Amino acid sequence: MGKTVLVVDDSPSMRQMVAHTLASSGFAVVEGGDGADALKKLAGQPVQLIITDLNMPVMDGISFIKEVRAQPKYKFTPVLMLTTESQASRKQEGRAAGATGWLVKPFHPEQLLAVVKKVLP
Amino acid sequence: MKIDIAQFAQAFFEEAKDHLAQLESSLLELEKRPQDAELLAAIFRAAHSIKGGSATFGMTEVARFTHELEGLLDELRAGSLQLTRGLSDLLLEAADALAGLLESAKSSAPAPASVEPLLERLKAARAAPGAAACAKPEAVIESQSAAAEYRISFAPSAGIFCSGGDPLLVLRDLGELGEVRELRADYASLPPLEELDPEKCHFSWTLVLSTKKPESEVRSAFVFVEDVAQISIERAVAVAEKAAAPSMPQARASDTGTLRVATSKVDKLVDLVGELVIAQSMISGALELVPPAIQLRVREALAALERHTRDLQEGVMSIRMLPVSQLFERFPRLARDLARSLGKEVELQLEGGDTELDKAVLDQLADPLTHLVRNAIDHGLETPADRVAAGKPAKGTLRLRAAHQGGAVSIEVSDDGRGLDGARIRKKAEQLGLIAPGEPLTEAQEQELIFRAGFSTAAQVTDVSGRGVGMDVVKRNIEALDGAVSLRSAPGRGTTCAIKLPLTMAILDGLRLRVAQQTFVLPLIAVLESFRPREADLRRVLGQGEIVMLRDEPVPLVRLHRIFDLPGDEDARRGLVTVVDAGGVRVGLLVDELLGQSQVVIKSLEANFRRLDGVAAATILGDGQVALILDPPALARMALGPSAEVRHAA
Repeated sequence: MGKTVLVVDDSPSMRQMVAHTLASSGFAVVEGGDGADALKKLAGQPVQLIITDLNMPVMDGISFIKEVRAQPKYKFTPVLMLTTESQASRKQEGRAAGATGWLVKPFHPEQLLAVVKKVLP
Repeated sequence: MKIDIAQFAQAFFEEAKDHLAQLESSLLELEKRPQDAELLAAIFRAAHSIKGGSATFGMTEVARFTHELEGLLDELRAGSLQLTRGLSDLLLEAADALAGLLESAKSSAPAPASVEPLLERLKAARAAPGAAACAKPEAVIESQSAAAEYRISFAPSAGIFCSGGDPLLVLRDLGELGEVRELRADYASLPPLEELDPEKCHFSWTLVLSTKKPESEVRSAFVFVEDVAQISIERAVAVAEKAAAPSMPQARASDTGTLRVATSKVDKLVDLVGELVIAQSMISGALELVPPAIQLRVREALAALERHTRDLQEGVMSIRMLPVSQLFERFPRLARDLARSLGKEVELQLEGGDTELDKAVLDQLADPLTHLVRNAIDHGLETPADRVAAGKPAKGTLRLRAAHQGGAVSIEVSDDGRGLDGARIRKKAEQLGLIAPGEPLTEAQEQELIFRAGFSTAAQVTDVSGRGVGMDVVKRNIEALDGAVSLRSAPGRGTTCAIKLPLTMAILDGLRLRVAQQTFVLPLIAVLESFRPREADLRRVLGQGEIVMLRDEPVPLVRLHRIFDLPGDEDARRGLVTVVDAGGVRVGLLVDELLGQSQVVIKSLEANFRRLDGVAAATILGDGQVALILDPPALARMALGPSAEVRHAA
């Protein structure tokens, strides 16, 4: 059975790009526009991987990752964060919140798939 | 597998436009509240999103510029830099430049020359010079002729699972780099079963990996676990080797939350729904031809169809509806820049931004509204010194307010400035010979004069708004949208320009009426009242044509059948007079019969036939007949001549 990935980013184009790339590789994709929205989506169906932007309105990525990790169901689910090179300190913050890995923007679809492979069994 | 990311670039441009608008409006807001952390975060986020997207979609110029901008914003956010007026100007300038850069990226044109110097200024403005270059995607060095052997030990910390890490994945990654010659798991630290915490990792591994890939790639297998594991990698001997390529599963379609669609597609849909409404009316009209036995069933089915069609129509129309805030958001910048260049102070208040209007109406509203805002700041508001002298606060207030008003939308531009200058308008009117010297001028006449073509009082001409585009153009623009515009003014207290607009330009609430054997439609928004004239109400005024008395006030009478050359009833007492607001002037239209109200789908006459005087558009009625939609202001001009507007304003 195909795996479901939750993609969280406030930028629709970024989301589209990530979603399209993942869908082309056989993943089912659920999208969230910010952390709070994504938590709602998460309640709706189980996902096997979460990819989240950090800078978002309403609920940012770090708070979102903490919320995810607080749910027993998602204690060990891989979470990838999308960061930029100017956010090195945020990488640490994200890791402390429970992020599994990260992807530095800008990235190519191929890079995304490579990183996904790194964290998804 | 190669994925073409260019297909998402269009969405990015749309998005970037929104981010830019957000950036600009927040920057303006920031001037008022320089310490507002949320505003700063919003600004930073907007720049950040543009940077991220532009880099992803290969727009290096945009990414490079946004990177500098973002660095500067970051310092503002961190508090190491304070917002000054100069910095605020620079940031706004940068936002403009960014818009230009995006435009050139869109058309694949080279970046504007003004960008480089601005980039330097952005760099110079930063307190601490940041990293100058944008990170490039890492170049991957593919093959190396000789394979090397690495001795690797990997000891994850007990809590590695808690961040979603999985040591087995690391081992799998390593396996894909080459051949694992030796692999040993060390479970010496595994506790007895009763003490075992299954959420902790108790293993460590040592292995020998033979690979042709560079050491950096071997290390990159550990990239996500290096802070939650002890890792050592030692290079041993070189051998020849080859790596296997991973396979890719099949493609699938994805779904998205929102969709950006070309306007033309929506318009096509609106057209089709319009046709559907017409077709349905035709069925309704033919209902009596259905055998009585099944008429009830057909009627029920038709009722259901009507309900769904109405929902469909509303649904389709709502796609075209956009919040007025899209238009309003350009004004804070405009007001700020204009006020600054005129040495005035203005506080812009925006209200009702969530009021929705048809996109076409919104687009065409931009120019007239811009003109009104310019006018208000240039002519309406006084200089701070004058205001203080008049006992008002030095800072003037300009308010843009949108609201629903029945089936229409009203938009008001009001200032608390000096109001209309009656004396100056009088003088100008006398000069033009529009009124006799000394003749009193009513307020309504004053307003009519302002809306007249070429009417501009001398002192009005400044380099800001006195460029030959006057209020007459505003009026014409608004009337082209089937709207109406009016002015209210109180000396010393300010001026309000009120615009009333239909919600949409695709469907019209109309009053159907009959003249001879023809059906016409009047925009309901223009209809004031209808009555049957008595003999005593009808008069002929020398040189002014026919008038009809409406509660002791003379209203010019337009016999529609004469305008359209139809064999109508000459005896006005057998007809009805429908009084309409023809752009601030009241005109009585003589018709034979009123048929009722209905929503009609507007069809352009120019596009389907040709322009006709006095007619705004056409429509197809339920029975399939074509009916002309009347244009009251044009009818008034045709019947009374252009000068009549002012004479009859009272």
